[in-house]
Amino acid sequence: MLRFFSVLFSCLLCWQALAETAPSTPNTDPSLAKLVKQLPKTKLQKMAPLVEKISQTNHPKTRDLLQYLMDGELYYIKSGRAVVRAQAGDNGQYLLTDVLGEKTYEPLAKSKISKVKTNNRLRGTIRSLIAQIELTSPDKVVRLEAVKQLLDNPNDEGFASIETLVSTEQDKDVLNLMRITLQLRQLEIGDHSQKMAAIESLKDSLEPEVKNTFVSQLNALPEKPQDADTKALKARLQKAIQNVQDKRDVYAVVENIFFGLSLGSVLLLAAIGLAITFGVMGVINMAHGEMIMLGAYTTYVVQLVFPHLIEYSLLIAVPAAFLVSGTVGIIIERCVIRFLKGRPLETLLATFGISLILQQLVRTVFSPLNRQVAAPEWMSGSWQINPIFSLTFNRLYIILFSLMVFFALLMILKKSSLGLHVRAVSQNRDMARALSIKSDWVDAITFGLGSGIAGVAGVVLSQLTNVGPNLGQAYIIDSFLVVVFGGVGNLWGTLVAAMSLGSINKFLEPITGSVLANIIVLVGLVLFIQKRPKGLFPQKGRAAD
Amino acid sequence: MNFKKLIIASSIVATGLVSQMALAADTIKVGVLHSLSGTMAISETTLKDTVLMMIEEQNKKGGLLGKKLEAVVVDPASNWPLFAEKTRELLAKEKVDVIFGCWTSVSRKSALPVLEELNGLMFYPVQYEGEESSKNVFYTGAAPNQQAIPAVDYLMNDIGATRWVLAGTDYVYPRTTNKILEAYLIAKGVKKEDIMINYTPFGHSDWQGIVSDIKKFGSAGKKTAVVSTINGDANIPFYKELGNQGISAEDIPVVAFSVGEEELSGFDTKPLVGHLAAWNYFQSVESDANDAFIAKWKAYIGDDKRVTNDPMEATYIGFEMWAKAVEKVGTTDVDAVEQALIGVAVPNLTGGTAVMNSNHHLSKPVLIGEIQEDGQFEVVWSTPDTVIGDAWSDFLPSSKSLISDWTAPVSCGNFDVNTAKCSGQNF
Repeated sequence: MLRFFSVLFSCLLCWQALAETAPSTPNTDPSLAKLVKQLPKTKLQKMAPLVEKISQTNHPKTRDLLQYLMDGELYYIKSGRAVVRAQAGDNGQYLLTDVLGEKTYEPLAKSKISKVKTNNRLRGTIRSLIAQIELTSPDKVVRLEAVKQLLDNPNDEGFASIETLVSTEQDKDVLNLMRITLQLRQLEIGDHSQKMAAIESLKDSLEPEVKNTFVSQLNALPEKPQDADTKALKARLQKAIQNVQDKRDVYAVVENIFFGLSLGSVLLLAAIGLAITFGVMGVINMAHGEMIMLGAYTTYVVQLVFPHLIEYSLLIAVPAAFLVSGTVGIIIERCVIRFLKGRPLETLLATFGISLILQQLVRTVFSPLNRQVAAPEWMSGSWQINPIFSLTFNRLYIILFSLMVFFALLMILKKSSLGLHVRAVSQNRDMARALSIKSDWVDAITFGLGSGIAGVAGVVLSQLTNVGPNLGQAYIIDSFLVVVFGGVGNLWGTLVAAMSLGSINKFLEPITGSVLANIIVLVGLVLFIQKRPKGLFPQKGRAAD
Repeated sequence: MNFKKLIIASSIVATGLVSQMALAADTIKVGVLHSLSGTMAISETTLKDTVLMMIEEQNKKGGLLGKKLEAVVVDPASNWPLFAEKTRELLAKEKVDVIFGCWTSVSRKSALPVLEELNGLMFYPVQYEGEESSKNVFYTGAAPNQQAIPAVDYLMNDIGATRWVLAGTDYVYPRTTNKILEAYLIAKGVKKEDIMINYTPFGHSDWQGIVSDIKKFGSAGKKTAVVSTINGDANIPFYKELGNQGISAEDIPVVAFSVGEEELSGFDTKPLVGHLAAWNYFQSVESDANDAFIAKWKAYIGDDKRVTNDPMEATYIGFEMWAKAVEKVGTTDVDAVEQALIGVAVPNLTGGTAVMNSNHHLSKPVLIGEIQEDGQFEVVWSTPDTVIGDAWSDFLPSSKSLISDWTAPVSCGNFDVNTAKCSGQNF
């Protein structure tokens, strides 16, 4: 037993010598070992054929090997050129495992190993080769993904495997996609009746590949067809393309509405805090953008403090940012703004000064460079509704979240006693005080509420844009635009204004480009304010004065 | 006796003082014209530190021509007209012998008239759009044919792209570069409908519509690639949106000209992995010169996490070339150094040699790197040889016939080979 261990240990030490005379275990496919040996020597341009050869070896490790190569985990040891899988371990050492599962290696420093290089094109090839292997996977999600890969990067062997597998496939989605793949093949190489049949069954499919094949088939036909068959085929193809195009146009409009609402909800979140401080209290708060920025930095700090809770970091950051920005807001109100009541110009200048101080503070504390805020897994990716229409999760959540914040705020203002006090003070301060409402206290709390909501907006923006000292500057103008457009002091106006500005912007963008779209929106808004200086929903009655 | 001693002693002190003063006057002044505040401070401060590091090192070696080098640092504060004023201050008041400076093209265009008027000498270390060659400026960054054109060639030949999205921020560098690229692609037989051009404002953050358009444009059955001249901050939301809409680097690769190690150090690099960047230098390039440079930089700045990037290499090359030329002619006189600089060769950091050509542009290798998870690049392609920087693009009708050659007998920054005339207009 002891002897066995000492042999094992010496094996570990002299892996290099052993690499030359590796004993082949019974289940090793010798050709795979041979092909793997070529990997370090092969130039990137000549990798594709080699990888293809590897994929054809029927070795249990083939799939894993290709996966490692695709993931960039395949390295070779500089001395001896043994191909290994390397994973970063502790203190800069790389843990090495033999790709054929035969030998063990000691961890090595990065400088001792070199990567087997791949590029985008090669990884695409590997992906479709893996797909071919995975067609027979027991997991239906893997199979579906595999067929999708083959649909995007078709190859002859892939078709052959699908043809044999289609009769035994049980899952509906996979079967459906397999049929589409095969019918596309028919459309490309079949005879006339097969082509017509293929078009008939494919005409309702939205896969981009289907339309592309239709178009390429149509382009391959002569300009003025002579025989009846070709004429019929051409007409059929044109109709099918038109059909697909009509559907695509509908989805494009739906997608644009979604984009508009999503931009609108970001504007709503950024502006809704201002709708309270500026709209309800009448304070022109130029430091509003910096409250948003503080919220975003709070997210960064939360992720820094809880590095293992990235998935929940946003849930922690929302209340934290509300507290941080709210507290800063209350401090600003108590220390500066309350002394400037009724002097809008001085308030504007003072808050502008505060915004500069806060920016510089962040620069000094966190550095002027942008900070890195990670996106939790559930905020990434998209919800694929059909092949040409998908909604990104982060935007979807943000729309829902901004509406939640909006209605929560509405409830506070309309239904709670705090809301009653806030409205009372904003409408008639003296009368409210006469009725024993502490107007100073209400002012501070209202300003804190508005600032806190801005902080919450910052948490959301940290997921969409860069977290840096200038974050707030980018949104302060938009926020004022939304509040003024919607009508000062009217929350519903803010909602409508944010959503309509977002939608107008997104519908103009494809036509005019984003630079011109911004300009048009701004000019349109200026003209609108000329016509209706009080915005969409002006306050009526005595409160308006 | 005592009195005599006193006189002797004081005269010795006085001579010492005088010689000290003479020594102080006898330094070579090096102007540093990089923004240390404002929006460009993030990028430019690094270059200021690079120049200071190079000066410190040169002084350790005994200076130049037996004199110490002295840095004169000014802050043009990312304010373009201020670049002209600060250039005047450096040349007229401080009487510097050479300037290392500028980042954006607009700042260079602002400093240029002053440099020509007062006959200064400036090294410009950032990739730019070309269409310029001044007697008083040496361009050590990449011209379009040393970055954009090879990147497009790589996408065309190695990735097999046939459909192109040219996306950029709306200002002079992306607009000129895209004009050159569009002309180049059309010359290569790409149809107009296979090219999509898009401009966005500085700091654009809502990319959903544009990315969705790119996705639709890329689903037409042809391999599509994005050539991005998107600047700075706007890149992160752009890559994030690409990731969220499920576009991977394998589906639609993006090659960027403004994303380097320094920019990536503030990013969550996950959505960027596999996308490409084209530069003349990457920190990850393995060479002895590069290892030494990185070690020196980390020691100088005192932070092990700091990265090196392409404009730093360009600053390094520029400084080394200037030092070599000054040693060669034995003076810091601008005209003599300008002529001596042409043909000077110094080792670059990627293991080759950089040569200053007669058009004031460098010969450089072009590297394409893939972004890795750690914010570094892995080189996947490089030109077999160095490429000579072309001041005037051959793909624009307006500059096709122009060449720049600052050696006799041409001695002109924009010589028209057809009419054999020098317009004299350099900017």
